[in-house]
Amino acid sequence: MNLFAYDFMQRALIAAVLVGLIAPLIGVFLVQRRLSLLGDGMGHVALTGVGLAFLLGTAPVPTAMLTAVIGAFLIEFIRYRSRTAGDVALALLFYGGIAGGVLFASLAPGKAASSLNAYLFGSLTTVAGADLVALVALCVAVLIVLAIFGRELFAVSLDTEIAQVQGIKVRAMSTLMAVLAAVVVVVGMRVVGLLLVSAIMIVPVAAAQQITRSFISTATLAVALGVFASVAGLTTSFYVEVPPGPTIVLVALGTFAFLALLAVPIRKRRRVLV
Amino acid sequence: MSVIDVERACVEFDGDHVLENIDLRIEAGEFVALLGPNGSGKSTLVRAILGLQPLEHGRVRLFDEPLGRFSEWSRIALVPQRLPGTNSIPVSVWETVISGRITPRSRFRRVGRDAKATAQLALTEVGLWPRRHDRLDTLSGGQQRRVLIARALATSADLLVLDEPTAGIDAENLTHLVHLLGELHKHGVTVLVVTHELTDIEHLVTRAIVLGEDRTGTIRYDGPPPVPASFADAVHHHDDHPRDQSAAPTGLSPR
Repeated sequence: MNLFAYDFMQRALIAAVLVGLIAPLIGVFLVQRRLSLLGDGMGHVALTGVGLAFLLGTAPVPTAMLTAVIGAFLIEFIRYRSRTAGDVALALLFYGGIAGGVLFASLAPGKAASSLNAYLFGSLTTVAGADLVALVALCVAVLIVLAIFGRELFAVSLDTEIAQVQGIKVRAMSTLMAVLAAVVVVVGMRVVGLLLVSAIMIVPVAAAQQITRSFISTATLAVALGVFASVAGLTTSFYVEVPPGPTIVLVALGTFAFLALLAVPIRKRRRVLV
Repeated sequence: MSVIDVERACVEFDGDHVLENIDLRIEAGEFVALLGPNGSGKSTLVRAILGLQPLEHGRVRLFDEPLGRFSEWSRIALVPQRLPGTNSIPVSVWETVISGRITPRSRFRRVGRDAKATAQLALTEVGLWPRRHDRLDTLSGGQQRRVLIARALATSADLLVLDEPTAGIDAENLTHLVHLLGELHKHGVTVLVVTHELTDIEHLVTRAIVLGEDRTGTIRYDGPPPVPASFADAVHHHDDHPRDQSAAPTGLSPR
């Protein structure tokens, strides 16, 4: 059974490569700023967008995109303007997002509520041709934004106060980071699912940093691991006939476990050399 | 030209006055030591000058521009007391130093040869060029402080602000660091050092400012070093820094 023989698999594979490529590139900044759960928050908010799309009969990708971006601005607003701590602001997004998603999907006509599962855990068959064009456009946009603002995002993630003294607009960069996370969530929701898409942002980064010594090498290895986990997980889900989200995340966790074990002798060797 | 001009600056934390009516003007080419016991508001004053701490009242001008309109941030470099401690991704020594060159103006430019050469020179000056590929968090506290100093040096700034730069640095590297600060000052760089300990840099300092030890931060002494004995006592009153016992020279008239 050749998986390339199916159009839906070709589209799903392209989407998987895209998410494996850009998710760790954003994740590396989130992990550095200890905002690993931000992607989860965005995923929950995007779920409200999907529920709303079912209710209004609009396309899920742009609706989820819009709500996730609004969520990104909202979380930065809550963090800066109120006395709410970052983790509490995220918790508020989690609760509001999932409640809104399930409520709107339940109010929608037909079998919308049951279709929600495909968005929660990913599905091989939900990547439509029009979606793929939108996903490629979003990925290109993310890469352009990173090419322009990547160094400033790095400076902010390293030390916000020093970045501010260097004239970098820290609040604007924090909001940009949240918006980029929102975009990645929407890119990944078809294949990995909204509940697990954050994992492909974070787990490859956590795996890579076990053996790397610099930010750039961590980002590079994380992208390689992200693409590998996405493609290997998707292929496995095709043959085993299970949703792709869990298999992708389990492969990513496997790379983490492997590199965590490999890191022990590598660190010993480096200590000897130093 | 004034590099820093602070007028009637007040800072409050939850209703408590931390700084009260601070007036301070630092001219280009000065080497200023900002002294005071723990809690006297030294770091708060520096944070307020750099726009990191909002003022309740008063105003700050940098290089004759109001803080709100100031945009030439590449002219200022800050060496913090320590790393923020929130990083979890490995960052190399080289990446840390070169990050000092990142500004909004460098957005569409590659890091040029000149910038790399300056960063290399800065890292060589602090004696850590051979460790450039190492993870920053594998270095000792003193070495990490030297990396932060190298990051500031790599900016080629006109104003260098250092928060406790000599703490935790061994004798050999301290001598080298003091010499380096002297060279920078000779080349026209304005230096503002927040410190508990004047001894190591006293020969470089052109002006000492002592903040009061009472709850409200006010300037108790502003003049050339050495700080008069009465004010030196105030500096060290609540000081828990191990090297402070050797200070307290006597001398000139107060403000």
